[in-house]
Formats: sequence, C-alpha cells, structure tokens
Amino acid sequence: MKIIVCVKQVPDTKDVRLDPKTNTLSREGVESIMNPFDRHALEEAVRLKEQYGGTVTVMSMGPPQAEEVLREAVSCGADEMVLVSDRAFAGADTWATSYTLAMAAKKIGIGDIILCGKQAIDGDTAQVGPGLAQRLDIPYVTYVKKIVDYSDGTMRLQRMMDDGHDEVEVTLPALFTVVKEINEPRIPSLKGKMKAKKLPVTALTAEDIGADPDCLGLKGSNTQVVRVFAPEFKGERSMLTGTVEEQVDQLVEKLNGLI
Amino acid sequence: MDYFLTEEQQMIVDVARQIANEKIIPQRAELDEKEEYPTDIIKTIAQADLSGLYIPEEYGGFGGGSFENILALEQFARGCIGVATVFAASALGIYPMIISGSSELKHKYLPDVASGKKTAAFALTEPDAGSDASGIQTTAVLDNDEWVLNGSKQWITNGGEANIYSVIAMTDRKKGARGATMFVVEDTDPGFSYGPKEKKLGIRASATRPLYFKDCRIPEDRIIGRVGTGFITVMKTLNISRPGIAILGVGLGQSALDVAVPYAKQRIQFGKPVISFQAVQHLLADMAIQIEAARALIYATAKYIDSKPKSISKVSAMCKTFATDMAMKVTTDAVQVLAGYGYMREYPVEKMMRDAKILQIYEGTNQIQRNVIGQELNKEYSRN
Ligand SMILES: Cc1cc2nc3c(=O)[nH]c(=O)nc-3n(C[C@H](O)[C@H](O)[C@H](O)COP(=O)(O)OP(=O)(O)OC[C@H]3O[C@@H](n4cnc5c(N)ncnc54)[C@H](O)[C@@H]3O)c2cc1C
Repeated sequence: MKIIVCVKQVPDTKDVRLDPKTNTLSREGVESIMNPFDRHALEEAVRLKEQYGGTVTVMSMGPPQAEEVLREAVSCGADEMVLVSDRAFAGADTWATSYTLAMAAKKIGIGDIILCGKQAIDGDTAQVGPGLAQRLDIPYVTYVKKIVDYSDGTMRLQRMMDDGHDEVEVTLPALFTVVKEINEPRIPSLKGKMKAKKLPVTALTAEDIGADPDCLGLKGSNTQVVRVFAPEFKGERSMLTGTVEEQVDQLVEKLNGLI
Repeated sequence: MDYFLTEEQQMIVDVARQIANEKIIPQRAELDEKEEYPTDIIKTIAQADLSGLYIPEEYGGFGGGSFENILALEQFARGCIGVATVFAASALGIYPMIISGSSELKHKYLPDVASGKKTAAFALTEPDAGSDASGIQTTAVLDNDEWVLNGSKQWITNGGEANIYSVIAMTDRKKGARGATMFVVEDTDPGFSYGPKEKKLGIRASATRPLYFKDCRIPEDRIIGRVGTGFITVMKTLNISRPGIAILGVGLGQSALDVAVPYAKQRIQFGKPVISFQAVQHLLADMAIQIEAARALIYATAKYIDSKPKSISKVSAMCKTFATDMAMKVTTDAVQVLAGYGYMREYPVEKMMRDAKILQIYEGTNQIQRNVIGQELNKEYSRN
C-alpha cells in the first residue's frame, strides 16, 4: 500500500493574534507546528502501513522551513519526505494549492491512498483535500472518523456527520480527509527521530513538477484576500415586550431589518 | 544548565519529555486517585523505543548505558514517580540477567522486554527479610531437571503485572550468604501466584504485591549465573540501579519547583507576590540548589559507571541518599510555599510529597546506604 500524507506547517493558533493596526496575522514569536489534523492523517497512514505493509510519503507545499514538519512526520513513522517549494508558489489560494499538489502527486506517483487533515487551522477552508482529489480525478471521502476494513482494493469507512456517521465504501486509489476522532497520534520514537535526522528530503520545484506558471501562486489564484479583520463585538441586547403576537411581529421586523 | 549531551542523548530527553508532558502529567492525578497501573503509558514508552534503552543491541535494545537510562527516567519522574517506578522496577528485574545471565537466558527474555511486549520485576524482600536480605526463607531445591521453589516475597513492585520475575532463594542454607541463588520465574509457571495489591501512601500508579511459590517448578536452566552467586548478583544489580532511583528524586524535585516558583509569583499577600518575601525566595533558592547539585552528582556518577570501573557501590549509594533526601525536603518545602493550597489534592504538590517518601525506603533505606558509604570509607582509608 503506497500512501501519501499531505501536511502543512501552520502557526500555533494558541499564540496567534491579529495586529489591530494592519489587520494582518501577527506571526512574530509564534511557533510553527504541524497542522493538528494532519497529525491524525499521518497516524492513520502509519497504522495502515503497520497493518497492510507499504510506504508512507509525507508531502508538503511550503517555504523551505516546512522541512521541519516533514522531519517530524518521519520521526512519527513516515518513510519518505517530499517538499514542494518554489517562490512561484507564494500567495497560492486553495485553487492554486490543489493544482500544485496534484502536479507534485502525479510526479511522485499518486499511489493507493492520499490522506489529508480535514482542514488547516490557519485558513480553515477544508477545500484543498477535495480539490486535490478532483484534480487527480479520484474519489474522495471527507471527515473520515474510522477506517472499518479493507480488502481487494475496496475500503470501508465511516464519515462523521452532525448526527452520527455514514458508512461509505470506496475503491482505491482515493483521497480521505480525517477528523481528530479517528485516532490518537503517537509520540515520535527514538529510532524515528534518528532516521529523521539523516533522511534526505526530495525537493520539487515548479519546473520539476511540470507546472503551468500561470496556474501557480498569486497569479493562479481565483480568490484574493482583500482585508483581514476581527469583527467588532457589539454585544447589543434588547428585550421584546408585549403579547406573544406583538413580540413575534417585532421579531419579524427586526429580522427583516438585518437582511 | 547545559550538560553537553550528545545529539542522541538529547533525542532521548526530548522523546521522554514529550511522553511526560502529553501522556503522564495529564493522567497522574487520576492514576493516583484510582491506584491504577499505567498500562497505556507503558505502551507509549514502548512505541517510542524507550523500553530497551539499557538493554544491549544484540538483544534488541538500544544499547545505552546508565546515563541514557537516567536521562529518560528523569523525565518520566518529572511526570510521576509512580509511573517512573514501574519502568525502573522492570529494569531492576532485568539487570540480573544482563549482569550474570547465560546467553540463552538473555536471548530468551531480553528481546521481549526491549520491545515492550513484556515487563519484569525484582523479588528480594520477604516478610522477615527487609534491610537484612540474608534473612530470606524462600528455598529452591533441584529435583531431576527442575528447580522447585517454596516461600513468599512481599512488596514486589510490578508484582502481578510483570511477566518475568528475578527471584532470589536459598539453595543451601548452611552456606549463609553464599547459599543463595537467583532464578527467572515466569508468570505462567505452575505453583506461582500473587496476592492482593497493597494500599500505599504514594506511588499509587505502581502495583505492589506479595508473590507466592508453592512447589513452583521451573526448568533447571532458569538459573541466573551459578549456584550460590545470588547475593553477588543482587549487590551488582542494586549498585547499577540506585542512581536510577536517585534520579527519580531529581525529576520529582524539579517538578515540585516548577509548580512552586510560578505559584509564588502569582500569589498575592500583603499586596505583593509572595516570592518577594525573602523567606519564600530563600526556600525556593535552596530547592533549586539541592536539585541541581543532585542532578550533577548523578550525571557524573552515571558516566563514571558507564566507564566500567571496578567499584561503584560508594558513589551509587551517595547518589541514592543525597537525591532522595533532597526530594523529600524539596517536595515538603513546595507544599510549604503553596501552603493551604499545596495541602489540597487540587494542586499537584501534595501528591509529590506523598510520593517522595518511598525514595528514602526502597532499594535499600537511606540508613543502609549510609552504612555502605561508611564501610567503603573505612576500607578506603585502611589501604595504605
Ligand atoms: C512501595 C514499595 C515497593 C517495593 N518494591 C520492592 C521490589 O520491587 N522488590 C523488592 O525486593 N523489595 C521491594 N520493596 C522492599 C524494600 O526494598 C524494603 O522495604 C526496604 O529494603 C527496607 O526493608 P524493610 O521495609 O523491611 O525495613 P527494615 O529493614 O525493617 O528497617 C526498619 C528500619 O530500621 C533501619 N535499619 C535496619 N537495619 C539497619 C542497619 N543495619 N543499620 C541502620 N539502620 C537499619 C531501616 O533503615 C529502617 O529505618 C518495596 C517496598 C515498598 C514500600
């Protein structure tokens, strides 16, 4: 079983603040961590490898320092690291990111399963996983909370829903995004850490993956962030009075005023 | 302070620290309250490749020395010395085989301990044999190709949880100290059983039980070393393991200081943080001095032990005495700094103080350690 896990380096949200003057994320002194949901994706991949054999490749698109999260992933059981990094990728939205990751995945071979966290805690879009599957033309299941079983190229999974779960069957190759309920990620092992220290990273540039420059980075992005701001908390409160009918009328009027 | 660890040693510290922070500390109060054996944590330690730190590479271990083992134990102890005791007692159960066991015995038992599949225990103490180990009554008699054990052991850490037991028994009472022999007993051996778990003051995550041997038959080759060498193996084992108990005092003391200082900074009395009172500051300073001094002594001793010198009993006993007396004092003072809050179970220092006491008792009381040091001094100064 060949498994790719997509991981992203994100600022630790425990420390992130919005700069009130510039309205941008102030990342000063903020530690970078592996996106927490990706840790669960990695753990599931390593468990699948332990059960069915195969290899786990971790792939990250990001600046050179994203190598840190790749090495962390190896210390937790991944076998290979791919860093997709190029100045041309800067400013990519989920559209350009999924394109870039798809080209990189094709370059290294998409294997049997691609695992992603359900979303990254910085952008919170939950779009890159499904976008990547779409571009690779493979089926995908989001919010996976359990892998039930696997045989003959078919995997049975549970997808988390608000009021329970769906049980889904899917033929491989496929992409899954996972929720944190799926497992408890392991702590890095000593041998893993020693391996992570030495293992060379496979670095892929825009040219290496044969990407169309127009589809990359800011240029290839359909969405542009115009402004980031913290919504002001007004905390206004008013009580409706009168008979029930009067209160309902007032409520309808207020709701209409909001639209 | 920087102790100039190698890259590998630093990795051991990092992995063990992460286990303490993410797995041990969040669970310690509950494990203590419920007196629950930390099965999951022991699994986590195995998965992180730390179970076999001190076991030679040829038997599936990491091949580390006393120093590597101590680095991991210090972090576990910072989390909870009940949990750290479970780990340390398993090592104690295995050292006799590493020190004196046959190659067959090592091949049979060490790999499973190294991988974390099995744990071990060390069984010396009996109802009438505590500090005076020569008082043991358990016997072993060779009958055809089997040893037959009869008697009982008490207060055995990991008793009932471990799969492998290093047990000392008298094979020839007439020969006194030279009439004792060590054996490996498996939990599934016929005639072996254990009693109920003791209710303890502290280290309540560790299980302590009596063991019973009633015509317990084991194969002849389960002997560790030769007939009559039991006490020599016990002494060698304890010499190596005592710095491991000592370091539990350092990890514990450090964790108490890590609670006491931030508390003293934020607790306001008389309009000021209590850390601004000299009396409190000096208490904290003395805690820090004692902890660092103990750490430095143990690190130096562990490195010395790893250089395989002839005699280590004096330095090993010094580590155990100094660091564990320190832990008792430091944890008591931590409760003093937190005062009423410190006395409540809501805060972690009352558990630390309860836990600390055992360190002055097991693996030889601190009075016995001082006897050892005194006797060694006497010998040293009569040489010329
Ligand atoms: C929680 C726990 C876990 C344990 N785990 C294990 C284990 O895994 N394996 C194992 O074999 N044992 C274990 N023990 C036993 C432990 O090692 C003994 O309790 C210890 O060696 C002391 O023996 P004792 O309690 O019988 O004290 P005693 O020997 O009865 O001592 C009573 C007092 O007299 C003092 N004393 C005795 N002799 C002398 C002397 N010659 N000079 C000066 N003072 C002296 C002692 O210091 C002590 O203060 C454990 C004990 C406890 C409490």
